[in-house]
Amino acid sequence: MSNFQIKKKPTVYDAIIVGSGAGGGMAGYVLSQAGLKVLMLEAGPFYDPKLHSFQMLPPWASLRRGAGTTRAFGEFDAAMGGWQIDGEPYTAAEGTEFHWFRSHMLGGRTNHWGRISLRFGPNDFKGKSYDGVGDDWPISYDDVKPYYDKIDVMLGIYGTKEGLPNDPDGIFMKPPKPRLHEILIKKAGQKIGVPVIPGRGSVLTEDLKDPNSGRQKCWYCGQCGRACKIYGDFSSSSCLVIPAQTKHSLELECNAMVREVLTDQNGQATGVSYVSKDDGQEYQVMGKTVILAASACSSARIMLNSKSSRHPNGIGNGSGAVGKYLHDSTGVAMGGIMPSLLDRKRYNEDGVGSVHILSPWWLDNKKAKLDFPRGYHIEYWGGMGDPAYGFGFGIQGINGKYPTKDGQTKEAGGYGASLKQDYRRFYGANVGMAGRGTGLALESNYCEIDPNKVDKWGIPVLRFNYKWTDAEILQAKHMQETFQEMMKAMGADITWGIQGKENNYGLEAPGRIIHEVGTVRMGDDPKKAPLNKWCQSHEVKNLFVTDGGPIVQQGDKNCTWTILALSMRTAEYIVEQKKQNNI
Amino acid sequence: MKRRDYLKFIGVGSISAGLLLESCKTDGSDAAPSTTDAAEAPEGASDIITAGREQHEIDRDKRLLSETFFNEHEMATIAILADIIIPKDEVSGSATEAEVPAFIEFIVKDLPEHQVPMRGGLRWLDLECYGRFEKAFVDCTPGQRLQVVDDIAYPAKAKPEMSQGVTFFNKMRDLTATGFYTTQMGWDDIGYKGNTPNTYTGVPDDVLEAFGVKDMNWG
Repeated sequence: MSNFQIKKKPTVYDAIIVGSGAGGGMAGYVLSQAGLKVLMLEAGPFYDPKLHSFQMLPPWASLRRGAGTTRAFGEFDAAMGGWQIDGEPYTAAEGTEFHWFRSHMLGGRTNHWGRISLRFGPNDFKGKSYDGVGDDWPISYDDVKPYYDKIDVMLGIYGTKEGLPNDPDGIFMKPPKPRLHEILIKKAGQKIGVPVIPGRGSVLTEDLKDPNSGRQKCWYCGQCGRACKIYGDFSSSSCLVIPAQTKHSLELECNAMVREVLTDQNGQATGVSYVSKDDGQEYQVMGKTVILAASACSSARIMLNSKSSRHPNGIGNGSGAVGKYLHDSTGVAMGGIMPSLLDRKRYNEDGVGSVHILSPWWLDNKKAKLDFPRGYHIEYWGGMGDPAYGFGFGIQGINGKYPTKDGQTKEAGGYGASLKQDYRRFYGANVGMAGRGTGLALESNYCEIDPNKVDKWGIPVLRFNYKWTDAEILQAKHMQETFQEMMKAMGADITWGIQGKENNYGLEAPGRIIHEVGTVRMGDDPKKAPLNKWCQSHEVKNLFVTDGGPIVQQGDKNCTWTILALSMRTAEYIVEQKKQNNI
Repeated sequence: MKRRDYLKFIGVGSISAGLLLESCKTDGSDAAPSTTDAAEAPEGASDIITAGREQHEIDRDKRLLSETFFNEHEMATIAILADIIIPKDEVSGSATEAEVPAFIEFIVKDLPEHQVPMRGGLRWLDLECYGRFEKAFVDCTPGQRLQVVDDIAYPAKAKPEMSQGVTFFNKMRDLTATGFYTTQMGWDDIGYKGNTPNTYTGVPDDVLEAFGVKDMNWG
């Protein structure tokens, strides 16, 4: 007889949260702080930036000098997992493409994210009313504003009050001072009418109001992507989950890969089943409320895999919309050299690891007669950074083009002492920019369960169907034109990134920007959307989703600050509903 | 042996590193320093980062460190080339002083797309030297080596028949530079000042003035 069995945990929790990223971390923090008995399940290992970050390791501490062999963003990047995870595949329908970056670890992708923290604006919540494209959210900016305000104060964010109509100001700490290339970029922007404002990032440039936060001010190593040992930036691990564990008795189970949501005969959620990656055993754990925050696509996957007689299409999927309206941000990038920065003076300009400047979307599509809806913001980079794998590559493409200080033009390529001088000459003269814009939420872009494939845990995997439309491609064309104009105004020579129609103007493939959202959308009509305006399942009142899934249509902003605000709003709603014995 | 004979010799597929090495007596002055650290380095396994990494990453490093890609002859050639590309000067030391060959040995195992271009490029170089001087690159005099290097180090003026050599030298230059500037010696050479706790106080005044942007500062 086989000893295969499913172990049932004895405790019944007030709430079970699946996932520990921004959405799960915030829900876990709020609910445990309110005194609820909360269990958080995380599919990956425990991770504490204080113990596990690669911060301030020099490049030679890496055998591959930081090359991205096993981590797409370089050896020192905090994110485990990546575009492919061994034994946990996903597929794409023929003729479509989607790239899915997963980070199974405590805190998920918030350990390495760019900390660029932008509120969605009033028009982003009411896009259809604004320009007739897509759908309005069932809530407005005013509904979310109080939560943006609260997380600004709770987690810390720098920026400046600009009074822009669709890029609302927050409660800001002072921004980091600009670096030289950033001042020159701003100057160029003034010439061609592209506004450049101080960046907005969740990095502590001042002390937090809460003296017991356990977090310290930024120490300006510029390495937020490695996760911060002093908790100087926002990660869900350091700022939400670990504090909730230590201060509010949140229970955490790591390496717990959730299969499905369990239901009773009425179709209400009773708990979840999961496989433990530690012992390979199957478990069931019961909870009065279940909150999915496994990431937009993983939560959709769990819902679609949670089939029962009451939920033949997956739990809470009477609308059939679970998995649909998947959308990522658009992305186009360009880089070059600023000759004015050759042979520059050396000093430490690591700065913060988020952005010091950005260009919020500045055009009125109608007035500017643009051939695409919505827009994009621009992020910039440059400066005298820490050399890593790739440093110095391709010098023969540039060192013959620019005369030296004494007016000598060298033959391209070369070797020896003269070549060493060239590496010094060009150090810190690189600049670049990337657009991040609105991809449309379309019913025709979706993830679904692949009928023919399971992962190594036996869980049916996702199959993606995603194609860009003219809206995104023409937006990418506009980015190309803007970036080229910007580089020219900066006096920079473009070395990479110019792309034409044949390559969609350099538009990154769907998923590459890692802002995928929309798969479990909110809506007032249960026939059209799985969730109501509280991110609560229309059909299963004790089931909630608090990751990027509920986002109806993202703006030209990164989604994390909105995920945090929505999660806090939903968690407070759950506390209130529990008090009233409604769930 | 004439070049054509040498090619025939390779053609039978029997040339071994040992054979080639037998004929490789370096001429002393820029004899390759010992560059087999990477190949011998299992003890380096103790330096592998473990905190914050996944087991498969640690296993990969251990496996790669236990494997050897380049033979001794190839490593000797790499060492000489690396020091031609990055020699000691008044600012910093040479590529071999910064242990660049060991880095190149590791990185071609880590990123196998470098393997064929590097191995083949090294052989191309030896054949080119053999054709001209009836000696492998390492056996050539420094002057002979530079004669060949000069023909492949300048892409814009290189002769068309040197194109494969140019491609190889570009890669060799790339890997040497990356290997050098990602060391303490490279940091000091390039003048990188960061990777340390500090408070960023903005662009120094003299730089703002030099660029005429003092009025545009903020924060």
